[in-house]
Amino acid sequence: MCFSTLLWGEGYDTTLFATIWTKPVLLNIKLTLVLLLSSVHLQQQGENIPPPAKYGGRHTVTLIPGDGIGPELLNHVREVFRFTCVPVDFEMVNVNSALETDDDMNNAITAIRRNGVALKGNIETKHTLPASVKSRNNVLRTSLDLYANVMHCQSLPGVQTRHKNIDIMIIRENTEGEYSSLEHESVSGVVESLKIITRNNSIRIADYAFKLARERGRRRVTAVHKANIMKLGDGLFLQCCREVASGYPDITFDSMIVDNTTMQLVSKPQQFDVMVMPNLYGNVVSNVCAGLVGGPGLVPGANYGRDYAVFETATRNTGKSIAEKNIANPTAMLLASCLMLDHLNLNDYASLIQNAVLTTMNETRLHTADLGGQGTTSEVVQSVMRVIQSKGQFTAEL
Amino acid sequence: MAGKAWRSALSQVVGALKNETPQSRTFIRGIQTVTLIPGDGIGPEISNAVMKIFEAAKAPIRWEERNVTAIRGPGGKWMIPPDAKESMDKNKIGLKGPLKTPIAAGHPSMNLLLRKTFDLYANVRPCVSIEGYQTPYTDVNLVTIRENTEGEYSGIEHVIVDGVVQSIKLITEQASKRIAEYAFEYARNNQRASVTAVHKANIMRMSDGLFLRKCREAAEKYKDVKFTEMYLDTVCLNMVQDPTQFDVLVMPNLYGDILSDLCAGLIGGLGVTPSGNIGANGVAIFESVHGTAPDIAGKDLANPTALLLSAVMMLRHMGLRGHAKKIESACFDTIRDRKVLTKDLGGNSKCSEFTEAICQRMKDMD
Repeated sequence: MCFSTLLWGEGYDTTLFATIWTKPVLLNIKLTLVLLLSSVHLQQQGENIPPPAKYGGRHTVTLIPGDGIGPELLNHVREVFRFTCVPVDFEMVNVNSALETDDDMNNAITAIRRNGVALKGNIETKHTLPASVKSRNNVLRTSLDLYANVMHCQSLPGVQTRHKNIDIMIIRENTEGEYSSLEHESVSGVVESLKIITRNNSIRIADYAFKLARERGRRRVTAVHKANIMKLGDGLFLQCCREVASGYPDITFDSMIVDNTTMQLVSKPQQFDVMVMPNLYGNVVSNVCAGLVGGPGLVPGANYGRDYAVFETATRNTGKSIAEKNIANPTAMLLASCLMLDHLNLNDYASLIQNAVLTTMNETRLHTADLGGQGTTSEVVQSVMRVIQSKGQFTAEL
Repeated sequence: MAGKAWRSALSQVVGALKNETPQSRTFIRGIQTVTLIPGDGIGPEISNAVMKIFEAAKAPIRWEERNVTAIRGPGGKWMIPPDAKESMDKNKIGLKGPLKTPIAAGHPSMNLLLRKTFDLYANVRPCVSIEGYQTPYTDVNLVTIRENTEGEYSGIEHVIVDGVVQSIKLITEQASKRIAEYAFEYARNNQRASVTAVHKANIMRMSDGLFLRKCREAAEKYKDVKFTEMYLDTVCLNMVQDPTQFDVLVMPNLYGDILSDLCAGLIGGLGVTPSGNIGANGVAIFESVHGTAPDIAGKDLANPTALLLSAVMMLRHMGLRGHAKKIESACFDTIRDRKVLTKDLGGNSKCSEFTEAICQRMKDMD
């Protein structure tokens, strides 16, 4: 049907608007709203993404539990949302990582396209499966063109770390680079893996980084690269960053080679402000920064595309070894859900839950095993809900 | 008379058998010659410092100095001077100071040239926390072994269409096998308990998958060393939280570059990190990995620690463990004392004073 191609197809175009009115198709209000908003969005290319579909004042968000600690942490998120009476409904889509077929993933991607926003746990990639079975998380990111991975690393006052006063925003290109999954064995025993860098994507991510820096009042953007060795690939990335930087004279731009960056991060991380980089270096740098502020259980991550947004923990760990033991740290996932609420323009609920989580994190006796404490996940969640209730909000029963 | 000759021959044989490693058997008698490449910038002064310290330690090393500025060989190919190559091929062991790579000189970096000439396939960097030079990380004691010839640094790049560039990462079975076996061999020879392969096989299934397979195969042959595999991001995450959980790490080129510099940062930077490059045919070149520091060259302000620790690594490689231990202890004791330190370590002494302090300490040890 014409209108299903309009909804699921890759490129929206301006004939969309004309088609609604010429085709005598009965559309319900919600769908017209979506299509109208999308066409309005076209006219504001590159402006803020409008909030996804909302019906009766309640948002619908896709929930992908994933593997390992994903399911239990997302259950806790649902618990907190239910308690706080957040107007969000979750549509759960399960993805079985053991299967070799792609049906599960296609269902999940369709659901995210329908709702526009998702909250997910990490889906495990068994690398014993043949190379044709790509990493599911990667497939999700590339199909939905979630080109920017944004991670905000901040030192938390209640968490003991070797370095203090860290406040770094990391913007990582999320779709190309080394993660293009293009590999072949040309001769037996010789494998080639292609790293693709394109001008369009590099300009897009640099633009995103500078816009975000300006929005948040940040002073400096550092591009991380290895252009002394990969002269054409990273050279192109660096050139694109410089071009975009020239359009933002109020923000200082500099660049640093990736190995020097990691060295500086472990000795003086306070010197960094906003960092932008291609995919693989982003993986390394974001994990180093997450480790510096206290570990994988504390930092939320967000993946933004032009039309969709998916929220998860920043370091994307499956946490198989601590699954179902009630010792996982729910902070990262709860903070990710707050980022999602901000994206849906439910800012009051977002700050309420975020403050409750940060207040709970300041109490050392509630720290979970990854922070060196003895607390359990449920204790942390209960404490969060108690703090929310104490603020005088209308809540459900504890 | 015959009896005496027979007794001395017997003692030689016994002495040979008592020695620790196979390599040292060749060096029991006499002095070993080592090719010394002083390098540029602060290179000559730190090389002099190392030579002085070795003399004070009475190490059985004779230095053969050579220069490695690139020259154009027949056929227009850039190569290192033939006398340098000859010296290295003869001595097999080399010590190198920092070399500068002039931009737009037309020739590739000197380090790359050396690597290609001698097929230096393994870069070994032991990172040990230095008492007396405080960093937020104490008790670091790990070794990174990086494949040095292929991987992401193969230099094969193309512009496919305007605005789309592809960079090729090459992983071969032969190179992966070689580095994996070297890693386990190193672990065994240096009494290290475990080897961890660092990879990203969830994303780069075929290339890192091949590397991982070769590591697993090598692990089968060295059952006395524990083998684990870990994703690159997990290693980074855990390294900055608790570096004591790592022992020997083996990985392809790019990850090795990033991780070895990360570990150098943990112990205090490139000014105190030793490094060794192992090549085919028994060639090994030990080097300091910091830059040439042209701003302090010739002013007697340089810190020779990195080159000295690399030279100590060289002694261990050659089997001269006794001398290695002596020089290393003298160096660490001097730094721990904090009385005579160069500027980068937090003091304000000169390079020569620092060197003198180490020599004096060794004399006191005897």
